[in-house]
Amino acid sequence: MAEERFDVVVVGAGPAGTAAAYTAAKGGLKVALIERGEFPGAKNVFGGVLYRKQLEDLIPDFWKEAPLERAIVEQRLWILGEDSAVTFGHRNYKYKEPPNCWTGLRVKFDQWFASKAEQAGAIPIYETVVTELLRENGRVVGVRTDREDGDLRANIVIIADGVNSLLGKSLGIHREWQPDQVSLAVKEIIALPRQTIQDRFNLDDNEGCTIELIGQTCGMAGLGFLYTNQETLSIGVGVMVSDLRKKRIKPYDVLEGIKRHPMIHRLIQGGEVKEYSAHLIPEGGFDSIPPLAGDGWMICGDAAQMVNAVHREGTNLAITSGRLAGETAIAAHAKGDFSAGALEDYSKAVRASFIYKDLKKYRGVHGLLASGDSEMLFEKLPQALNNAAYEMLLVDGVPKKEKQKIAFRHVRDAAGGNLNLLRLFLKGWRAMNG
Amino acid sequence: MSQSIEERLFTIRYKADDKSHLIIKDQGVCETCRDKDCNYFCPADVYLWHEAEKMTSVAYENCVECGTCRLACPHYNIEWLYPTGGYGITYKYG
Repeated sequence: MAEERFDVVVVGAGPAGTAAAYTAAKGGLKVALIERGEFPGAKNVFGGVLYRKQLEDLIPDFWKEAPLERAIVEQRLWILGEDSAVTFGHRNYKYKEPPNCWTGLRVKFDQWFASKAEQAGAIPIYETVVTELLRENGRVVGVRTDREDGDLRANIVIIADGVNSLLGKSLGIHREWQPDQVSLAVKEIIALPRQTIQDRFNLDDNEGCTIELIGQTCGMAGLGFLYTNQETLSIGVGVMVSDLRKKRIKPYDVLEGIKRHPMIHRLIQGGEVKEYSAHLIPEGGFDSIPPLAGDGWMICGDAAQMVNAVHREGTNLAITSGRLAGETAIAAHAKGDFSAGALEDYSKAVRASFIYKDLKKYRGVHGLLASGDSEMLFEKLPQALNNAAYEMLLVDGVPKKEKQKIAFRHVRDAAGGNLNLLRLFLKGWRAMNG
Repeated sequence: MSQSIEERLFTIRYKADDKSHLIIKDQGVCETCRDKDCNYFCPADVYLWHEAEKMTSVAYENCVECGTCRLACPHYNIEWLYPTGGYGITYKYG
């Protein structure tokens, strides 16, 4: 790998980096796509749901060839009590035509996506770690890798090195993420026969169902999930790292607890655990987004904290940010200007996109979750809601008016009184509507 | 279906490098660290404090490369790098 010059070097072949490499290569630029794993996807984990719209913007009709699991026709939300659940959900077959989103597995999907970037002309450089950014006179001019003679020079470096983003940190655009700006998710892939999955979740061939779980996270801010793949289930739980540290609970024990919940246990029983995995999720939201571009560089995806935790969207934000960075690179190449001023167009494009608008809407959520109320929000309230529902539906001769009072009292007491409940409601509303 | 962490980690394919990508910067800091949180929050049980030897052992071969310890060690006493290109974990599903 003698010193070679590229128009664009992309670091990281996840959804953000691959989208950037695909776009830039398709635009005729000379692109290198660097990935530290044995192949793209080798190190990658998500819940995982893949959305149509943002990838379709890049590759029309991609779903006809991409390795996807099941088209999601039903999304459920379960609020768990210790051995009960209050459930919500929406099933609609309109989500099939056209598909809205699919469950997916990253090892298959990321490899396929990267192969599209390769076909577009991006040069794959895998099993290679970028150890530092090369800088001259304050501008980024390439990357140093752990290969022998591993320097690559480029007019633009697109940083898509994921949630840990050691390169973003080396640029000084963010301090180290604080433990309340990330969640640790642990996940298992559980194999079951296709028909068993379809029977248990009331699905037809290729139809999928997602269940988000609130509660039973040992009083930590976090969410569980259970998704249907073709012949496996994805089950996992993500909890805020600051809470995890405080509670001194093993992350896989939180998952074990959720797996034992009677509502969950019946859905997964008899299955074989095929893989355990763990990954960090950026949770800082809007106020954690770092500067997105500078002299010779742009940053995309998880590395720029682009995750909408409320709607568990991430790969779609990553793909759009990568596409916008790729398009900016093409325009910069045409002008021959790779300065911060020229690449600022990328920041502007992100600001004009749904990424910025959605994260702005929920900008208060991080503050709400990091404010020390996890025990109440994720343990007491879900349990109280279950107790209230139990009370309301139990026919035991107590007059309904009295029952309603008891049910409300459960919720009010969990919140610490009427005033606190009102305050929490307002706080929650504001956090979701910034 | 309850599983030990060893059984869980056994489901992941590793290609272990012969040198650790995780380094305790100063074992003295571990000795004075009150809570030794790393013994709990790591999803792969990489870190274990040994009272007799006064040291934290690092089972880097089991590391799933999540980065939690990098951020959550209260003393930032862990030097965290990516394993050499192509080494470390390779997921089958992801």
